[in-house]
Amino acid sequence: MSMSAERVALETSTGHEGGSDETRVPGRWSGVLSQMLRTRRVVVGLVILALMAAAAWLGPLISPWEFGERDFSSFLKPPSPEHWLGTDNTGRDIFTITMSGLQKSLIIGLLVAVITTTFAAVVGAFAGYFTGVSDRALMWITDLALVLPSFLILAILSPVLRTSGWLVFVLLLAAFGWMVTAKMIRGMTISLKEREYVHAARFMGVPAWKIIFRHIIPNMSSLLIVDATINVSSAIIAETALSYFGFGVQPPDVTLGSLIAVGARQAVTHPWTFVFCTGLLVLLVLAVNMIGDGLRDALDPQSKSRRA
Amino acid sequence: MGMFLVRRLANYVVLVFLATTFAYLLAATTLDPRANFEQMQPPPSPESVDARLYQLNLNDKTPLAERYTTWVTGVATGDFGQTIQGKPVNTEIARKAGVTLRLIIAGTIIGCTTGVAIGAYSAVRQYRKFDKTATAAAFFVLAVPTVVIAVTLQVAAASINQATGVQIFQYGGEYTSGLDAGFWGTLGNRLQHMVLPTLTLAIALFAAFSRYQRNMMLDVLGSDFVRTAMAKGLTRRAALFKHALRTALIPTVTYFTFTFGILLAGTTFTEKVYGWNGMGAWVVDSIFTNDVHAVAAVSCFMAVCVMAASFFSDILYAWLDPRVRVG
Repeated sequence: MSMSAERVALETSTGHEGGSDETRVPGRWSGVLSQMLRTRRVVVGLVILALMAAAAWLGPLISPWEFGERDFSSFLKPPSPEHWLGTDNTGRDIFTITMSGLQKSLIIGLLVAVITTTFAAVVGAFAGYFTGVSDRALMWITDLALVLPSFLILAILSPVLRTSGWLVFVLLLAAFGWMVTAKMIRGMTISLKEREYVHAARFMGVPAWKIIFRHIIPNMSSLLIVDATINVSSAIIAETALSYFGFGVQPPDVTLGSLIAVGARQAVTHPWTFVFCTGLLVLLVLAVNMIGDGLRDALDPQSKSRRA
Repeated sequence: MGMFLVRRLANYVVLVFLATTFAYLLAATTLDPRANFEQMQPPPSPESVDARLYQLNLNDKTPLAERYTTWVTGVATGDFGQTIQGKPVNTEIARKAGVTLRLIIAGTIIGCTTGVAIGAYSAVRQYRKFDKTATAAAFFVLAVPTVVIAVTLQVAAASINQATGVQIFQYGGEYTSGLDAGFWGTLGNRLQHMVLPTLTLAIALFAAFSRYQRNMMLDVLGSDFVRTAMAKGLTRRAALFKHALRTALIPTVTYFTFTFGILLAGTTFTEKVYGWNGMGAWVVDSIFTNDVHAVAAVSCFMAVCVMAASFFSDILYAWLDPRVRVG
């Protein structure tokens, strides 16, 4: 898909050059940027995300309560001027812990997505470029990941996690989330390596790893960006799922997932412990999905006719 | 086509074996069954703990390779070993697999068919009211984790029950225990309990499939062969069903295999939230009780389920795409 994106972008830019040699030709990325800003979904998503990030980092500062502080005079109290969003079972201020949870969820989502996409791009490109043994190994790993849900593997590994921090959890989430992307990138690399510019580089004696990093991966950048966005939301959802069973981030760290886990058990009797963290999580994933969906349209001219 | 399916099947059997082995080795290295016995009150003597662990083939003093060999020879003869309480794993599987299968099959069929139908129809009615509503709904549901769907449905059902004063929805357990209502009564009771869990799974699947199917259908609708089919005088219905939908289903069938693992994870939450004693709830409990053999057995079950789903989608693929059958 992005190959055709490249082609169209190339055609339009050469068309511009033919018409006016003097004026500055708008590059591909500035074109994408303006396209992106014209897509309402992306702008709305970005604004929501920015607001949430601001709330996550500023919220704990403006709140009268500290993160670890407990109000022993009020357990499970509904929202009041004193506790803006109420208190939980141990007297913690819901607003403060929800904002810290949001902060951690955001960090986890972004980190996992960046690691996953980078790793998948490198592995997929190498496997597709060299084929042979490395390719076959990648195919086996991907198939194995398909048969054994990553949720299950991470759950089995959770006892190890209990003693180590949340960064290890991030690494584990990334370690079991790259396979599908890598498979997709492998397919694209196989078709990209037959293109003239890759041939030209190879005949000039450029080493294979340089071709991969200079020519193949940059030419898939639009796909990679869209995929990274999708990975953000799937990482956040996976984190929630694991934390729900206590397999994820361990206390004293909180994430939206671990807050939902506590809140879900008392959703009927004490709705405020469930509603706020869940609402924020849904809004967060929705915003990220909107950005991803809009970016795909901005980066892939083929789908433009479809949605406009 | 026969050869194609046989080759795939052989590939899948190897994969299931590898997956189960991997799960066993992981579980055996990370879980700590010894801790279970050492925490008992009153604490048993170290010798008796050792003896019990040897008996269960769970002792970390035996080398992992040896434990694995004992276990795998058992599995080869159809014996998955014993749970940490000393009960045979096989009888537990027999009891729980049916519960999960019932949930998965009903949820998949309802979720996939409504998803595909709504997705395809909204592609035909692109930018109309129906399309916009369906797209917005699917987009929203995709952002909600399965846990939240399950809990929200439960809360909604509880409030509906309360408002009407009748127990319309059941949301705890798989059936009312001690119910004596004859065959139809029991069946009705089980169906009543099934509604909400199945709905949870179906909603999540519907969202993913309707969006995917809509995109695939839109790709196909713009292609030349659909225009030709309309131009040669086929009715709109025939052209859409026989030519467009059939072609657009091919990528969706492949997508089905990819989503099945996610569906299995979703089953775990559904079972846990609604208190069903299925495989998903079992694996969560066995990880907490350090039950290595149970974890390996559930992994094997899930791998077999994914394999069955992929095999099924291979058959569908071959049926939909003549090139696979002929070539």
